[in-house]
Amino acid sequence: MTHVIETAAHVPQSGPLADALAMRGKLMALTQDSHDAALTPSDPGGVPLALRAALACRMARICHQAGLEKHYATLLSSYGDEHIALLADPEVIPETSEPRLAAIVAYVDLVTRSPKEATKADIGALRQAEVEEADIVRLAGLVAFTNYQLRVTAVLSVMGEAK
Amino acid sequence: MSRVIHKFTTRIPTWRPYVTPIDFDNATDAQREALKETPSNTKISDYVLVLAHDPESLRIRTSLFNGIMYDKGGLSREERELGAVAASVVNRCIYCAAVHAHRYNNIVGDDAVMKDIFLRGKDAELDERTRAILRFAMRLSETPPNVSQDDIQRLRDVGLDEQEILDLTLSTTLFGWANRLMHTLGEPVANV
Repeated sequence: MTHVIETAAHVPQSGPLADALAMRGKLMALTQDSHDAALTPSDPGGVPLALRAALACRMARICHQAGLEKHYATLLSSYGDEHIALLADPEVIPETSEPRLAAIVAYVDLVTRSPKEATKADIGALRQAEVEEADIVRLAGLVAFTNYQLRVTAVLSVMGEAK
Repeated sequence: MSRVIHKFTTRIPTWRPYVTPIDFDNATDAQREALKETPSNTKISDYVLVLAHDPESLRIRTSLFNGIMYDKGGLSREERELGAVAASVVNRCIYCAAVHAHRYNNIVGDDAVMKDIFLRGKDAELDERTRAILRFAMRLSETPPNVSQDDIQRLRDVGLDEQEILDLTLSTTLFGWANRLMHTLGEPVANV
C-alpha cells in the first residue's frame, strides 16, 4: 500500500530502510489513517477541508519539507478555493476583517514554530475569535499531526538518499 | 487554586485542561466508540476527554502511540523514552517530560541521566550513544527540523541500525505531536 509519507520521502522499494518500514507496517498504516482523520475527516466541524489543506501546506513550507508541501498543495488545489489557498504562503496573514481566520492562523504559526511559547492566552484568543471548543481541539490535532508527519518525512527523505 | 509547574521534574503532575472535556454521559456514538479504544481499567483522563472532541483522530491514537512506544524489536524501550523526553524538552512540555523521564528512570533503574538532561539539555554529560540519540532527537524537534546525512551518520557511528533510527524517529516525532496537544490545550499543576 502506498502512503503519503513514503511517497513524499521517495523511500526506496527495497533495502534496509524498506525492511525497517515493513517491520513497522502497522504503525505506518495507522499514521496514514491519522493523516486522513486530520486532513480529510468525514466530520470536519468548523475547520473546513480546504482550510486544513492550506494550513498543512503552510506548515510544510515553514518546515522546509518540499515533498509534503507538494502533496498538500495538490490536495488544496482539488478544492478550488482560491481565497483560502492564499494561506498556504506563510507570509500571508488574514485581514483584521476576518478575526476568526486570523486567530486560527496565529495559533498554527505559533504552535508550529515555537510550541514552547504557547500559553493559556493563545487558547483564550481562539475562544475570543469565536472558535468553538471542538474546533480548537480539531485545529490542535491538525497542527500536532502535521508536525509529526513533516518530521518523519524529513528523516526518511535523508535516510533514503543514495549513500 | 493549585500551583502551575514551570520547571522540568520527574514527579508526574496533574494536567488541567483549558478546553472543557466532553461529558461522557452526553457523548455522541462516535465519541463513545473512540473512547472504547483507550484503556478501560482506569478512569478516563481529562486529556482523553478533551481529545474526544475530535473522535476520528482519537480512535486511532491509542494503537499508534502504544505501537510506537512498545512494539517489539528495534530500538530499546528506554531509548524510545529518551526520544520522547528530548522532544518534550525542546517543546517545554513539562507534563510529557515528567511522564517519560519517570518511565526512563524506572527502566534503567537510575535517575542521573534525566537529572542532567533537565539541568543542561543537549550539553548533558552522557555516554556517547545516549548523547548522540539526545542530540539527534533535539535537533529533529526544532522548527524547521534539522536532519542531514551527518546527523544520520552520527547515529550509525554509535551503533544504531536502520530499524533503530526509524524507531527513534517515530518516538521523537510522536512526542512533537503529543507536546503540541498537551502543552497547548492545558497546563501541569502540582498534586496536592
